[in-house]
Amino acid sequence: MDLLSLSAVELGKAIREGSTTAVEATEAVLARIEAVEDRFHCYVTVDRAGALDKARIVQRKIEEGQLNGPLAGVPMAVKDNLCTAGMRTTCGSRMLDAFVPGYTAEAVENLERAGAVLIGKTNMDEFAMGSTTETSFYGPTLNPCSPGHVPGGSSGGSAAAVAAGECFFALGSDTGGSIRQPASHCGVVGLKPTFGTVSRYGLVAYGSSLEQAGPLGRTVEDCAAVLEAMSGGETGQRRKDSTLVSREDMDFTSALRPEVKNLRIGIPRDYFGEGLDRRVKEAVLGAAEVFRKNGALVEEFDLGFTEYAVPAYYVIASAEASSNLGRFDGVKYGFRAEQARDLQQMYRQTRSRGFGTEVKRRILLGSFVLSAGYYDACYLKALRARAMIKTAFDRAFERYDCILGPVAPTAAPRVGEGLSDPVRMYLGDIYTVSANLAGLPGICVPCGTDGCGLPVGLQLVAACFQEKKLLRSAYAYECLKGAGKCPEEKNP
Amino acid sequence: MSGYSMGRLESLAQITLSEEEREQAAEDLEKMLGLIGKLEELDTEGVEPMSHVLPVQNVFREDLEGEGGDRRCSVPSGRDGMFVVPRTFQ
Repeated sequence: MDLLSLSAVELGKAIREGSTTAVEATEAVLARIEAVEDRFHCYVTVDRAGALDKARIVQRKIEEGQLNGPLAGVPMAVKDNLCTAGMRTTCGSRMLDAFVPGYTAEAVENLERAGAVLIGKTNMDEFAMGSTTETSFYGPTLNPCSPGHVPGGSSGGSAAAVAAGECFFALGSDTGGSIRQPASHCGVVGLKPTFGTVSRYGLVAYGSSLEQAGPLGRTVEDCAAVLEAMSGGETGQRRKDSTLVSREDMDFTSALRPEVKNLRIGIPRDYFGEGLDRRVKEAVLGAAEVFRKNGALVEEFDLGFTEYAVPAYYVIASAEASSNLGRFDGVKYGFRAEQARDLQQMYRQTRSRGFGTEVKRRILLGSFVLSAGYYDACYLKALRARAMIKTAFDRAFERYDCILGPVAPTAAPRVGEGLSDPVRMYLGDIYTVSANLAGLPGICVPCGTDGCGLPVGLQLVAACFQEKKLLRSAYAYECLKGAGKCPEEKNP
Repeated sequence: MSGYSMGRLESLAQITLSEEEREQAAEDLEKMLGLIGKLEELDTEGVEPMSHVLPVQNVFREDLEGEGGDRRCSVPSGRDGMFVVPRTFQ
């Protein structure tokens, strides 16, 4: 059996049925990493020995009947901004190059409890700031579908690892599109849950009111199973994250039925204007046609405020970043600049040398919009714009179950093409940031290519807490179309 | 950015830029503020600022004495369970 051709859920089933083991699956993934990691650089850290040890323990528990969930024994990769006890967590930054957390993020712990086997930590844009994975201190990840291109970001290592078969599923985090956009560029499925669904405990904070950890996988079913396992978990005395919402309906896999009849899908006209690549547009509208032909109600509408989403997002995200990253001062974590004469100098030298260009850019912007004299005009103004954007979505969801659109204006750019002009880079987030501003769940499903063989993803967004509607729609599309495959086969 | 010095901003951000970085950062910030300036068109009169989409409440725990232990395993410089920093008083 070619284990690497299985989805995470298929592999879990094969392990439970005894046709393979957690150890064999882990060995297969490690061999795959050995073979192709040099070409793609998906990981910052791979823990071979630790993964095999864990796989043996998990396999024993499966055989003893202690573990029987869908992901028991399935190898996973975790973005390097989710803390893992005893395994370094760098956030793609020199600042945390030597940071080894003493505890594990709640979302990762939930998955480990379900029997998933941690293989290693994936590369990312520094502190999740970027959309190409080129701002990582550890160098760029390359797109497995076309290594001259970026994998997207900031969860580019996770998306590329899934696409290259270097894991069965991966965790990412999405502050402004950082799961959905790399999923689109690498031809995999990526899901950003409703804000508050997944604990942020142990997720290194960047934009506290915007970010959620979520799954990247080969299929919608995999993402549903992973989300189900990683969500929630904190109750009563165990509550650690103030932004976690108490939810009951988290049996997400139960929603996976290929039904589109009576589904109401809205297509925002505002998303299909200037700036959208013609091939991307064709692929996304082609997907809309699949829904329509199979009985869904599909219609265009005016969402409104689309042009204000990116400016509002960059004010809020930078403000939150400048505050959250204040903790990196050389005292408590990771890197410290030596040779400082006094404490003040140590703070400044540590931060100046520990952070890369994009992180500094955003800390400076955040410091500016929060400073006296600009707070009202910039920061509060953006928070008001956010409320208006949220209201526009609320109105849309009175009429539609899902909103359908592109994930990104183009397929994956070439390596080295995008970093110099920040505004151009930020405008690439136009279709994804609104879901973060409004807390909405969104999913990316592969829907075609750009004509040059690069994958293009379709984005579906639903109202808060409507993951089941979202997953059902995405699953139905995937079934109708046939699961998306990376143009380069998984075993090149 | 008019009337705002990069020096002041660097001080707020606790970052010191090199001459070259400062020039580039000033140029980038001008561009980013141009993008943000778009928000001025929007009439937000009477709209409440939304800092969180959902109501959130702080999570508190008892303040108990403990070992700290593992949590400090990555301290750049520590001794006897404490953080060591450069001299703050001369």
